[in-house]
Amino acid sequence: MIYMDAAATAPPRQEVLDTVSPLLTRDFGNPASHHEAGHQARRAANWARAQVAAQLAVREEEIYFTSGGTEGANTAVIGGALGNPRGRVVVASAIEHPAVLEACRYLVEFHGFTLRLIDVTADGLVDLEHAAQLIDDDVAVVSVMAVNNEVGTIQPVAQFAALAHAAGALMHTDAVQAAGWLDLAPLAAAVDALSISGHKIGGLKGSGALYLSGKHRFVPLLHGGGQQSGLRSGTENPAAAAGIAVALQVCASQRAQGLGEGYGPYLIEKITRGLEAKHPGSVRLTGSGSQRIGGIVSFVFPKTAGETVLIELERKGVLCSSGSACAAGSTDPSPVLTAMGYQEQLAHTAVRLSFGRGIKENELSQVANAVIAAVGGLLPASPGAA
Amino acid sequence: MNTSAVYLDHAATTDMTPAALAAITAQFAATGNPSSLHTAGRRANRVVDDARIAIAAAAGAHSSELIFTSGGTESDNLALKGLFWNRVNANPAARMILVSGIEHHAVLDTVTWLAEHEQAELCWMPVDADGVLDLQAVRALLEEHHEHIALGTIMWANNEVGTVQPVPEFAALLAGYGIPAHSDAVQAFGAVPTNFADSKLAAMSISAHKIGGPVGIGGLLVRRDVALMPVQHGGGHERKMRSGTLNAAAAAGFAAAATEVADHLAEEAARLSGLREYAVQQISQLVPEAVLNGPRDAENRGTRLPGNLHFTFPECEGDSLLFVLDMLGIASSTGSACTAGVPQPSHVLLAMGRDARSARSVQRFTLGHRSTRADVDALLEALPQAYERARKAGMAADESSIHTAGTGFTR
Repeated sequence: MIYMDAAATAPPRQEVLDTVSPLLTRDFGNPASHHEAGHQARRAANWARAQVAAQLAVREEEIYFTSGGTEGANTAVIGGALGNPRGRVVVASAIEHPAVLEACRYLVEFHGFTLRLIDVTADGLVDLEHAAQLIDDDVAVVSVMAVNNEVGTIQPVAQFAALAHAAGALMHTDAVQAAGWLDLAPLAAAVDALSISGHKIGGLKGSGALYLSGKHRFVPLLHGGGQQSGLRSGTENPAAAAGIAVALQVCASQRAQGLGEGYGPYLIEKITRGLEAKHPGSVRLTGSGSQRIGGIVSFVFPKTAGETVLIELERKGVLCSSGSACAAGSTDPSPVLTAMGYQEQLAHTAVRLSFGRGIKENELSQVANAVIAAVGGLLPASPGAA
Repeated sequence: MNTSAVYLDHAATTDMTPAALAAITAQFAATGNPSSLHTAGRRANRVVDDARIAIAAAAGAHSSELIFTSGGTESDNLALKGLFWNRVNANPAARMILVSGIEHHAVLDTVTWLAEHEQAELCWMPVDADGVLDLQAVRALLEEHHEHIALGTIMWANNEVGTVQPVPEFAALLAGYGIPAHSDAVQAFGAVPTNFADSKLAAMSISAHKIGGPVGIGGLLVRRDVALMPVQHGGGHERKMRSGTLNAAAAAGFAAAATEVADHLAEEAARLSGLREYAVQQISQLVPEAVLNGPRDAENRGTRLPGNLHFTFPECEGDSLLFVLDMLGIASSTGSACTAGVPQPSHVLLAMGRDARSARSVQRFTLGHRSTRADVDALLEALPQAYERARKAGMAADESSIHTAGTGFTR
């Protein structure tokens, strides 16, 4: 079984488990307690905060630990909009994760906001020109994801941030899918809020980190004991925080070594060539060919129907998905592909292969062969093909 | 543990039980997002399902009534905001929230936020000198205001003084007027019987790390005829009430801990309350000035959390005593871990009618699953000298000159 669904979740890394293990056992204290066990937990949480701040090149006071990507995005979007409402308009791209879109819809339903959606191009790039038309002095928050979770497109976040800032709005980026592949420091420098999730990069589930610029006011999502400067109440979780810190460090060092950079292009090339040779027109890459992270490879298969390729791949021992796990089981086509202009039938044939930098190279070639065989097996032999 | 020799702060957080640790560790080795359709996802989903069934059973609820959250604070936020918004949607005139002054900050700060930002009106329910809710007063408040009350909330057991509240009676009073009741059962769940179905509550908050499960996961039991407006929006998980990737590993750890506490509830309550009563008797002789706060419950009738000891040590700053005890190898607390930081009087004791000065002179010792007689004896040995030393330091006039924290952590 080869796991190719890292964008849905990835197992915790060994380095992470080694670090968190004492925090789950011997050093279990509550960081808010004032005895030595509490101090020990506080030191662990502080260490984690310092590491994450260093990775993002921001100040430690600007890092908050959350329960995950959804809470981070909710806090940034809702907290930013309520803390800085201006003309009660929020702007998001049409292909944002539901954590962002649903947070925006909550602002619409309960706080009288208007939501403006930025179009995307056919290759999954959020349209800058359209954004420029939508972002004006009424806008409270602009949210554009750093990397799309379904098609892996890297968005020009700094340019959206420039538009937002020129209008006086706050800029948030959902960097959940970027964290394993891109340097987060330039992203953080460009925006006012950035959210990441631990379990997508080898940290623990139930862990997230959120950068909120100290220059702006954010209203907390959770109220209570006043932990984390009052911005995020709830007993702090040093193990989860340390896990995300270590996972980010490992990602950074793999990135510095260039590990896995060629894996995405390799899969795209091998699968496309292998299928086109026998079955012309049977495969289309979704998303941009150049502006994409190495860890998400996504296709539609025009000559197949529904999720047959996905099922065939699982039979061949390759676990992957059609897109977002949150929407798995839904009969609606992917909203991301729909926004990119794909027809419903074609969108249903989507397959996303996602992986971390540490994947074994022999697994990649097995996956490529499995995709070619799976799609080929579903198609009648093409008479014109060699 | 290598940090403090004797840990008497299990109400702040307790270490994971071996069963919980084993369950969570086993899940770390697997992967899968429970929402994914492939085998890894389905396997993770089964883990979450099994955990849901086990935790719900331990809480006397149906598995479909359990919403997983990130912890007690989120559960309280979801219950109170969700109930409030839904009730106000149905009847804009019903904006009152019945609440007691002894609630945890997760409840107090949430209702305060609702009052400041959502035009909620707070209606305070009194408690007696032991911290027990005054049901007569609740009756009167209901009679007068029931048409304007959106919901009521009462914690099942107080986190500072351990008082157990008449929750089913409270919920029944509200149910008589069709008003939903919520209870923060974070401290009570696993320590005293908290049967959700029997309680007639609309919602009940629980947390894993207080019962030997992992930090970072909790639950909100929500009766099936109750819908809540979510606090955390997204992929539509958990009956669309709480979005966010489900945490299979933590859920498995939570389930292991919940099953353990439920299976041994009566015997563990008897064991801990026996230790507690022994400590109460000894402390009254060793430190005659000490005053036990909350019901004594010498016979373990369930009016106080079995593992909770809470004393006023007159003329002694609580933080000083905590500091000296910590140096002597005893980990204790002045109240909830959340408010530790600046010597402030406990809001719980103020609500119980204590003056601000004596409300600062308190210390909480909480026993947990691995507390033994030897731990209590260590406390008894250290306490008289610790009290003597802390009392010599005296009470700060307005603001403490004693900085015990040294952590840079505020609140």
